[in-house]
Formats: sequence, C-alpha cells, structure tokens
Amino acid sequence: MSLWVVVCTVDDIDPEDVIRFDHGGKSFAVYRSAKGEVFATDGLCTHEQVHLADGLVIDDTIECPKHNGRFNYRTGAPLRAPVCVALATYPARVTDGMIEISLEGAA
Amino acid sequence: MTALLTPFVPRDYSLTGPEGARAVEAGLSSAEWYHSDVSRKVMKDLMQRRDAPAVRDTAVWLALLLASGAGGVATWGTWGALPFFLVYGVLYGSACDSRWHECGHGTAFRTTWMNDVVYHIASFMVMRNPVNWRWSHARHHTDTIIVGRDPEIGHFRPPQLMMTALHFIGIPDIWMHFRILARNAVGIIAPDEADYIPDSERPKAIFAARVHVAIYAAAGIWALASWSMLPLMLIGGPRIYGTWHMVMTGLLQHGGLAEDVLDHRLNSRTVNMNPVSRWIYWNMNYHVEHHMFPMVPYHALPRLHALIKDDLPQPDPSIWAAYKGMIATFWRQRTDPAYTQLRVLPPTARPYRADLHQIEMARKRGVA
Repeated sequence: MSLWVVVCTVDDIDPEDVIRFDHGGKSFAVYRSAKGEVFATDGLCTHEQVHLADGLVIDDTIECPKHNGRFNYRTGAPLRAPVCVALATYPARVTDGMIEISLEGAA
Repeated sequence: MTALLTPFVPRDYSLTGPEGARAVEAGLSSAEWYHSDVSRKVMKDLMQRRDAPAVRDTAVWLALLLASGAGGVATWGTWGALPFFLVYGVLYGSACDSRWHECGHGTAFRTTWMNDVVYHIASFMVMRNPVNWRWSHARHHTDTIIVGRDPEIGHFRPPQLMMTALHFIGIPDIWMHFRILARNAVGIIAPDEADYIPDSERPKAIFAARVHVAIYAAAGIWALASWSMLPLMLIGGPRIYGTWHMVMTGLLQHGGLAEDVLDHRLNSRTVNMNPVSRWIYWNMNYHVEHHMFPMVPYHALPRLHALIKDDLPQPDPSIWAAYKGMIATFWRQRTDPAYTQLRVLPPTARPYRADLHQIEMARKRGVA
C-alpha cells in the first residue's frame, strides 16, 4: 500500500521551482515543472548535506546552491560534478489541487 | 578594524594531519554557515544564468589576447614588444584565474558547453589540473578556511612574507602547480588530492594532466628548436610575468582574516575596486557575497551586494586600503600568529554568533 502524504497546494510552488518539505525526520524537495507537472526527490544533495530547495531549477534540472552539482529531478540522475551519486525520487501527483508525494520506500 | 590578540597554537594545514579530524569532530566540516536574508524570489532572480554578459566579456578577452599576442610577435626583439606583453601577460596570466573560477562554478554562462570550454582553456592557462581543482574548489566552498579541511588556504600562519612576495612573479606558485601536473601525468594522485577527488574521477585527472604537460612540452621544444623565448612568452610564461594581478586580488580574498569560523563575513573580504580590475577579476572583489551565495553569477554580484550590504562589514574602499590593513596584519602575525583582522559589522547587521565561532575563539585563548 502506498503512503501518500499531502505537501502543499499546487499554487504554493511557482512553475519551474522547488520547495523544501520535511516529513518524518527526512527532508524532501518537491518540484513543479514549467508545464505544471510535479516531482519529488530527496531534499539533500548527495555530494554534501545541502538543501536542494535553495537551488535553481533550470529546465529539468535542479542545481545544488553550494557547488553547482546538478541532477535531473525527473529521474534523479547526476548530471554534473561534483555530484556522482543519483538522487532518490518519489512518485508525486496532484489531487484536488493538492500536491501529494508517495513515501513508500523512503528510508 | 579591531584586532584579537591571544596565544597561538601551531596549526597543520595539510588535509591528512590531525587538524582535519579535529575540525570534523568540532562540527566545522560540512557545517551550516551564516547567510544574510534574501527572499527566495529575489535569490532566484539573482541566480538566473545568462549567456550574453560572459559571451561579450569572453569575446573581448580573446580578441585582446590575440591582438596583444600578435603585436608582441610582430615587435619581438624590440622595446616595442614590452607594452604588448604587459597586456598579454595580464590577460593570460591573471584573467585566466577568474575565468577558471567562474566557469568552474558553472555560473558564467547559461549554456553548459560554453562554461566547460572556457573552463578547460583557463585551467590550462592558470596551470591547474581541471579535474583536481573542480573538486578542490568544491571543498573550499564547503569548508572555507577550515584548517585541515580546506585545500585552498593561501595564507598560513605565521606568514612567510618573502614567499608571498614571490607569488607576484609566479614563484613558487607555478613550480608547485607544474609539479602537481607532472605528478598527475605519471599517474600519481597525492594523499591530499585523494582526500577530495573521488576514485571515479582520478583517471580523468591523469588524462587532463597528460594533455597539459604535452602542450607545455611542445612549447618547450618549439622554443629550443627556434632558439627563442618567444614561444614561452606566449605559452606558460605569462604565469610568471603576468600573474601579478591575479595574486594582488587573490590575496585579498581571505588574507589575514579568521580561520575556523562559520560566517563568511569573518573570513572573506569585499573590496571596492577600479573597473579594469573588476573586469579582469570578474567581480570576485565581492568575495563575501560570492561565498555566501556561490551560485550567483559574477554579473549579478553588484546587485547582490547592494541588497545585503547592511548586513556585511563595510567593504575596503580600494585595493590600496585593503592592502594596508592586510599587510599590517601579516606583519603582526610574524610574531603573533594568532592575531586576526576582525571585520567590524555595521549596527544594521545581525551580529556574529559566538556559538558558531567558539573553536576559533577557544583556540585564540589557547585552550583548544
């Protein structure tokens, strides 16, 4: 059974932007693409313990605000040094104007 | 400015000595740093990437390099070559550093390949292995001037003033950098480098070093074959005769300021500079702002400075004024290495947090 958690309303995130969401002692980054799709990843960069929600969303990438490491936020794939390890991603959806993410499998 | 005067505990600046473990244990590594308040909306705007400013500046840079280099070649053997090489030397041996730096951060251009191309050209000019230094600089931003963690601390205490002066003519800087390139080229990664370069990146570092060394070898062979210094005036030599501007501005970044603190207002220096130096240096005179928000491109730093200046120490009004304060600090540190130039905050700023700086303060008291 999937554990869906409400994050915020859709309008709480600007298009092509990201917010930080803390839940159950863990930090997540929740994205809204320019087309209005929603995505979720771990909130901390895999290189250093830096919150990605302070970084810049450029097209499909999230850039770490400290070292310029970049990930594809749709897949979690690392795109640019100094990040080498992929970011965990989580299913996300919009239900009745609310963004929800599934935390099944979140450690 | 005021100063702190206290007993000194000798430091080990290597990354493999006891200071690194001490910094980790004390919570100084990968720590939370102080940031001035800037709203998300404004910060997003400041971080936006654009190609136009860096394309313009790079076109001007390359055009001036070509023109001054061609002038130097055409007048070689006469005094007429002197002004050409004065210009070429600084554009090659100094401006390369800021291009290396900004493109390494990936903030100069919006287009990734443009950042990468200029990064590799500038890395060659500044004699830095482009792989090693990408990782080294990431560590510098994680653990800025944290002794035992930051591989880019350029000023040790007590200071070696003669060596600092020699840096203005690239000595021992290029010797050190060339040794690193040569060592990497034969496949050796030093223990300090292994501390911040992941295993997967080391083959790339070795390959890049081999490319750099091969180009320098070709320039050397060309000079010998033509029995002329001209090839070395064009390739490699500017890191000696044109590096003074890079050292002049680079020393000001952190020289004489605090170690082992978690507030860039205490360990970095912002200096008002003339427009020519700012262009050569790509606005890195806003160094507190750069460290606090490293993803803000160089062309947006003046705007960032205007936004947060009331929360920062007053910038030094000129290079000259900044050197007066820094040299006085260096001089004092010869006999009192614990002496630190403390940047005084304006009344509008949030105060320094004693809890973030307890290690430095304890060390100054001689109890850490």
